[in-house]
Amino acid sequence: MPDLFSKFDPLIAQREALLETGLTDPFNLVMEKVESPTVAICNGRRTILLGTYNYMGMTFDPDVVAAGKQALDEFGSGTTGSRVLNGTYAGHKAVEQALRDFYAMDHAMVFSTGYQANLGVISTIAGKDDYIVLDIDSHASIYDGCKMGDAQIVPFRHNDIEALEKRLKRIPPDAGKLVVLEGVYSMLGDVAPLKEMVAISKANGAMVLVDEAHSMGFIGEHGRGVAEAQGVIDDVDFIVGTFSKSVGTVGGFCVSNHPKFEILRLVCRPYVFTASLPPSVVATAATSVRKLMDSADKRAHLWENSKRLHAGLRQLGFQLGTDEPQSAIIAVIMPDLETGAAMWEALLDEGLYVNLARPPATPAGMTLLRCSLCALHSEEQVGEILGMFAAAGRATGCIS
Amino acid sequence: MTDTASDRQQTYAKVLELIAPFNKKGVAITEATRFAQDLEWDSLTVLDFVANIEDEFDVIISMNMQAEIETVGQLVDALQRLTAARA
Repeated sequence: MPDLFSKFDPLIAQREALLETGLTDPFNLVMEKVESPTVAICNGRRTILLGTYNYMGMTFDPDVVAAGKQALDEFGSGTTGSRVLNGTYAGHKAVEQALRDFYAMDHAMVFSTGYQANLGVISTIAGKDDYIVLDIDSHASIYDGCKMGDAQIVPFRHNDIEALEKRLKRIPPDAGKLVVLEGVYSMLGDVAPLKEMVAISKANGAMVLVDEAHSMGFIGEHGRGVAEAQGVIDDVDFIVGTFSKSVGTVGGFCVSNHPKFEILRLVCRPYVFTASLPPSVVATAATSVRKLMDSADKRAHLWENSKRLHAGLRQLGFQLGTDEPQSAIIAVIMPDLETGAAMWEALLDEGLYVNLARPPATPAGMTLLRCSLCALHSEEQVGEILGMFAAAGRATGCIS
Repeated sequence: MTDTASDRQQTYAKVLELIAPFNKKGVAITEATRFAQDLEWDSLTVLDFVANIEDEFDVIISMNMQAEIETVGQLVDALQRLTAARA
């Protein structure tokens, strides 16, 4: 009998070879205690967190936590049902209203995760004979949304404006077209040239969806994302986002001004055929989204952190994913997986957690140590982080 | 030789020309050569190669179509169909 697991043999062998060298498994870390958005206890040791998506540090915000507790008491632990049946509570409507207010848009639809928001919206609106044009470095949830639908999928080289335009011009003029972009690409932390790309998409008759998962709350005057920062948010048809990053809980959403948007609630399978978010989760999300509207000081401090870490790492001699800091993500490029894993472990020993990212999640086969900053990292912590990178980098031979 | 046959020869010759810069291992190319297994191209190489083919022939080869194209000969056939459909 053929073993269906044979296809995983190369990965099993690679993993075993890596662990045989005595390294800690980078994909099996347990946080025993979490003290704050920036500090946890890992392996009994106090560890600075530099590999979470807690950009705005909302997870321990007292108002957010209180809202969750109150909802648990008043509405119970879960809805046990779909949004379209028994799973829409007052809290689900309230968080959708908070999103409409946050983005100043007419419609908001909340999904159970950000992954499902991309999966649902993309697979539902682009059907047979339609075209989806997307950046080759798009997130897995975007690709899976494409795969689940029946549209023709046309990728273009990462952030290449001319490549996007060429492809749009070759698509039959009467075909439906959806261009899918991300505000911040999460592996290297670089932003998309949305100003140019949105204009080109519109000029060629395409609708535009922008995933702003990694920019919400932080980038743009009101924290609406890269489309806001580049002045094109009014021309974007759909913004997809998540509660699991700056908002600090879990869930996904899509906001839009499309007049027929609400019909998606009946036709979008990843919205219909799954249980809705628990009342405590939507209550924390609504409170957090409303507080993010008014967080200009935190946004400014996060930019300071990002600039300082980027400059400091570069000065130490590390190779970074972007020439200048473009977001709250700073990617340190490692020469190979073995060195990356050794450096990851050396940092953990120093008391610093970062993300080890590797193919297929990363572009061009790269191994990355991904650092994501939080608005609540103090100046002192950023200094400590740089000291840890210096020590670990020298110990592993990454820098001299 | 019919016009279609000579057309196909021209398309094949052009495809060979566009494969060459990505044929790092110097694999001898025939119509039966497989892109993934024989040329061992990764996804980024495929993207660049497909972009060059698309620019040269002024067509779109979607990922859905790419999934059906395993060999050089199949690519030539697909290009023949795509350019014929446009004419």
